Amino acid sequence: MYNPTVARLTYRALLGRRRALILFLLPAMLLVISAAIRVLNGADDQAASDVLGGFALATMVPLIGVIAGTGAIGPEIDDGSIVYLLSKPVKRPTIIFTKLIVAIAVTMAFSAVPTLIAGFILNGNGQQVAVAYTVAALVASITYSALFLLLGTVSRHAVVIGLVYALVWETLFGSLIAGARTLSVQQWALALAEKVTGDGLVTSDVGLTTAVVLLVAVTVTATWFAGQKLRRLTLAGEE
Amino acid sequence: MSTQIPQPSQAAPDTTRIHNIGYRSYDGPRLGRAYARRSLFSQSLRGAYGLGRSAKSKVLPMLLAGVMCAPALIIVAVAVATQQTKLSIEYTQYAIYLQVVIGIFLASQAPQSVSRDLRFRTVPLYFSRPIERADYVLAKYGAMASALFILTAVPLLIMWIGSMLAKMDFAEQTKMFGQGLVSVALLSLLFGGIGLVMAALTPRRGFGVAAVIGVLTISYGAVSTLMGIAYVTENAGAIKWLGLFSPITLIDGVQNAFLGAPSMFPELGGPGAGFGVVYLLVVLALIAGSYGILMRRYRKVGL
Repeated sequence: MYNPTVARLTYRALLGRRRALILFLLPAMLLVISAAIRVLNGADDQAASDVLGGFALATMVPLIGVIAGTGAIGPEIDDGSIVYLLSKPVKRPTIIFTKLIVAIAVTMAFSAVPTLIAGFILNGNGQQVAVAYTVAALVASITYSALFLLLGTVSRHAVVIGLVYALVWETLFGSLIAGARTLSVQQWALALAEKVTGDGLVTSDVGLTTAVVLLVAVTVTATWFAGQKLRRLTLAGEE
Repeated sequence: MSTQIPQPSQAAPDTTRIHNIGYRSYDGPRLGRAYARRSLFSQSLRGAYGLGRSAKSKVLPMLLAGVMCAPALIIVAVAVATQQTKLSIEYTQYAIYLQVVIGIFLASQAPQSVSRDLRFRTVPLYFSRPIERADYVLAKYGAMASALFILTAVPLLIMWIGSMLAKMDFAEQTKMFGQGLVSVALLSLLFGGIGLVMAALTPRRGFGVAAVIGVLTISYGAVSTLMGIAYVTENAGAIKWLGLFSPITLIDGVQNAFLGAPSMFPELGGPGAGFGVVYLLVVLALIAGSYGILMRRYRKVGL
């Protein structure tokens, strides 16, 4: 199910040249903000939770998920060079699975690791806040990658749709309509974070069981569907 | 050189001749550089709304334009129905509230305007026409800024017409409408410049979209987070300096200082007229800077 050559090509497509800069920008910003807060404000569990929840998990993880998830396959479909890959004797679900693994690895490396470091900078992992949000970021990375990889195979506007989901649905509707929070990867991941800290610092609107079931279901379905989608991919002509 | 048809040996050599098959040089009027620049401008502007492109590519810009106008229509409908004496939202605040929509529009349309010319190496073809580098940059920049201006000014127009329908004070509404137009014009130039610079850096549309939205959202997210912290720590001096680091807070600061708009962060206080000059200078420097970077970018590109 895992093809090292496909993986190597995907890594190069994602991290080659200047593209890695976009990915480095966000974590760097998180670390700068964390350091600034620590210096200005001192260690404060609530502030740490606010920054990690509001900036790291709500903005950084989805954005990196969008870039890595759609970037793993979107540009190749966009410029048609995917045909060279598809014409090789590699199963298409294998291609999707390999690309998913790469996207997950990149998202985790660029979102979960900085989250952990930022947590330690902010309050030295007081009340397990850093670990809790890192767990949430790790879990969210998997589901976001699968979801956005699927989007990459479905639509040419995958990045825009992904951003609309991440910014408008999760942030805007999530804060206005309570029901939207049940259908949000962020809240599912938070449910796990809640379990790790175990007190009122991190709260989620979704129960742990529901969250785990939904996370697994969405990841598996999205990956399977992306594989199916790639099996009968028609290359759209230039508009 | 004429093609020599193999002659039978008995034919006389003096029958060989060059045939005139009727090619003629063009001696009609040449429309010139200004015309080419205008065409590029109008094509780019139409392209930003998907006009002249496939039906699929019209969906997103038209949808965003609709989303942009919908709140204005609702506000106007409410104001007319309930006989209000004042619109429930300021003209200058409208674009600030809907900044996400403007950001998505810019992120989706700026790369389609420039990235694909780079990707398919059509830029050298443009420059084989009588246009110069400055013409290309000006046309693309102008088209992007105009597209954003249309997107942001139409809702204001709806609100202004609505305020007339609701019989509000003409002079006051018109003055505020004018202030709103100046503010969205600045916003269009600033956002258009930033969007095109980010998009022109990469020939890949997807990365361009991510880069534009990244710069807009992240800078705003970071600045508002830091502002909140500075407010909690009562570090009021830092707040107005922080506002300089994100496009939308820059516009907010300028219109707060010069256009009589309330600040986005009322509890934090605006920059004030004196410091507002710094905001205005930074905005103008950014606009000039994006033009400069685009000019630099296209000096060697694709050639």
